[in-house]
Amino acid sequence: MSLARNPIVSVKEATKTFSARDTGQPFHALGPVSFDLREGEFFSVVGPSGCGKSTLLDLLAGLGAPSSGSVHFEGKPVVGEVPDGIAVVFQEDASFPWLNVFDNAAFGLRRAGLPEDQVKARVDHALDFMGLSGCAGIYPSQLSGGMRQRVCIARAMVLRPRLMLLDEPFGALDQQTRLLMGEEMLKLWRDTGSTIMLITHSIDEAVLLSDRIGVMSSCPGRFIEIVETGWSPERDAQTAMDPRFGALQAQIWGMLRAESIKALKAKR
Amino acid sequence: MTALPGSLQPAWLKHRVVALRLLVIAGCVLLLEAGSRLGWINPVSFIPPSKMLLSAIELLVKGSFKTDIWLTLSAASIAVLLAVLFGFLFGVILFKLPRLRRVLDPLLLSYYAVPIFVLYPMLIVLLGLNRWPLVALGFLFAVVAMAVNTLNGLERVPAVLLRTARMLRMGRIDELRLITLPASLPFVFTGIKLAVVYSFIAVIGGEFVLSGAGFGYQIAYAYNNFDNPTMYGLMTLLLLFVGTINLLLHMAEQRLYQRRVLKELT
Amino acid sequence: MNSPNALPTAAQRWGDVVLLLLGILGCWALASWFFGPTILPGPFSTFKQVRIEVSDAEFADHLTETGLAFGAALCISLFGGMAIGLLLGARRLAGDVFEPLLLALYSIPKIALYPVVLLIFGLGISAKIAFGAIHGIIPMVIFTMTAIRNLRPVHLRSIRAHRLTAWQAAVHVLIPAALPEIVAGLRIGFSLTLLGTLLGEMFASQRGIGHLLMRAIDRNDAPTIVALALMLFLFATAVSLGLLQWDKKLRRAA
Repeated sequence: MSLARNPIVSVKEATKTFSARDTGQPFHALGPVSFDLREGEFFSVVGPSGCGKSTLLDLLAGLGAPSSGSVHFEGKPVVGEVPDGIAVVFQEDASFPWLNVFDNAAFGLRRAGLPEDQVKARVDHALDFMGLSGCAGIYPSQLSGGMRQRVCIARAMVLRPRLMLLDEPFGALDQQTRLLMGEEMLKLWRDTGSTIMLITHSIDEAVLLSDRIGVMSSCPGRFIEIVETGWSPERDAQTAMDPRFGALQAQIWGMLRAESIKALKAKR
Repeated sequence: MTALPGSLQPAWLKHRVVALRLLVIAGCVLLLEAGSRLGWINPVSFIPPSKMLLSAIELLVKGSFKTDIWLTLSAASIAVLLAVLFGFLFGVILFKLPRLRRVLDPLLLSYYAVPIFVLYPMLIVLLGLNRWPLVALGFLFAVVAMAVNTLNGLERVPAVLLRTARMLRMGRIDELRLITLPASLPFVFTGIKLAVVYSFIAVIGGEFVLSGAGFGYQIAYAYNNFDNPTMYGLMTLLLLFVGTINLLLHMAEQRLYQRRVLKELT
Repeated sequence: MNSPNALPTAAQRWGDVVLLLLGILGCWALASWFFGPTILPGPFSTFKQVRIEVSDAEFADHLTETGLAFGAALCISLFGGMAIGLLLGARRLAGDVFEPLLLALYSIPKIALYPVVLLIFGLGISAKIAFGAIHGIIPMVIFTMTAIRNLRPVHLRSIRAHRLTAWQAAVHVLIPAALPEIVAGLRIGFSLTLLGTLLGEMFASQRGIGHLLMRAIDRNDAPTIVALALMLFLFATAVSLGLLQWDKKLRRAA
């Protein structure tokens, strides 16, 4: 592998504490977390529900400021404002119901003032890439949930972000669609060279797709360990046959099992 | 029942809902017609629908009540415009000031509990014996419905769309213009629909109670003078008119809803 | 201080109520001063007038008359509306067919139908009950129907699984499941039935609160108008808020 690449994101001892809505009591959601995202890598975060994974994504994206510690993107601190060069795909469907698929995908570009012919070129490419080329004139309400998520990914993709953050984008999809979408994410990653951070519940997904996997504890979320997969960039569905695949899965589940039980008990 | 995909169903099956609806309406009309002509219902009190329609057409053709129709329409239209404009602004203000919203909440909820007509005499004394009290009545009746629906629409913009706006680094005005407003449009449209309906109800009701002119007044006048054919003719015209407006609004809403609404997944 | 999205505390809620009351009374007093007490009597004189009205010998009779009419109209609106709404909600086709018709009926200025009601029912308590009922029944039908149609399919499947009769299905499954929406409809139905009954009394009766109101309007007797309006407003608001609390409790439980 290449030499240690530059960290595009640097998180040092970041924590996040909320005050609960009804009681006003402080609620320690995340941290302290320290890690770096290397430029161009595919990084996944796995952990039990409610452990702060989405909060971590918010901090990286600038959608929230850390209560303590720091987050840096490309060397500059990120405090509550989204820096240029980052795109987020959320867990819920964020497609705009009043725009058709093409206009949805083109939204960010048009706001940036890109000339229309360039917009068309980029959007056509992205829609084609995501398998939506026939749907340009259709409205999101006429599409399935999976296709709407693809629209959101296309909308993020056309912005050519240097960092792409995905918050369980395939959570609502069935297993087979997820596998296909996973392959498409790999294609996207290789095609664009962006750094990608994926938050997921699925250990298989994380192990298959990622260069590194951050295994998160139950609330307040902290990284138990960051596991290197060592896959080559040309990995695909066949990688699941590699004997190390099963070992990695078992290793990660071993770490998560206790945390998941804790999270389950905490819910009561 | 609908085992076949829509494109393969025969035309009558696809449109059977509309067909049944028309059947129901026709059935009711026929029943009333028979009831009146056969004396089940007192034919003097309740003339057959066919005669109502004839009277309505006659009134239209003769143009006897053109001025009154115009007076009512103009008063209601002005009331609608004012109610939509101020109701919208009021809704936005309530959205932006949650404390004010919380304080006014009980008032907003009970606003429609009292007959607004009680204010009518005061409005006459304030604004004079002209059309303005009616306009004010229409406005007062409609404005809160518009405001509440606007507020509802603004509040129901899915949080994820607003986070998307932040992710795209949109300023507040852009966010409002490009995301919040289009997303709340279905509810705003409901507010407009209600404003139209309520304005008409208030204006015609006011004319009914206390007025010297206008559609509602003419109905009351005909009633008081035992001129049933004219009265029913006017009422039929009113029903047809309101029905048409509702149909137009409904069609416009279907167009809007087809593309714009996220079906609530509750 | 709490974050802006925090739920209000009980103290804050009471503070809001006090603020609202003071605000209303303040605006009222201001308007009265501005327009003059003959046009718009102020809060104090109105409270005094209320006491005068209530202690009037005939008032109890009027109140009873209105109460009876309103009660009857409410029962018809409520139970009739729920029954029809249940039927239309349970049968998909019927609901589809009737929904736009109901909405159209809802938007007709029913005031224009009053002459018909009067001609059919004559001048008496039945006309008033009819007025109230036609105002209140339609929203009840619409809300109940919509509530049933929006029930999760699992409820309907459980009806079949337990092989319930129509009546049992209604009482044990449909109504409890749809209760929050039905209560929301009830709030509107209540207000509208009250409105309808009062309007009926204004036009078609020699007795009742509505009649008193009409008399005061004819005489331009502002103190009486405002006093009666205040009483009605307080009554309607109290019930509306009570139903709202019930609604909230149901939603929390659901």
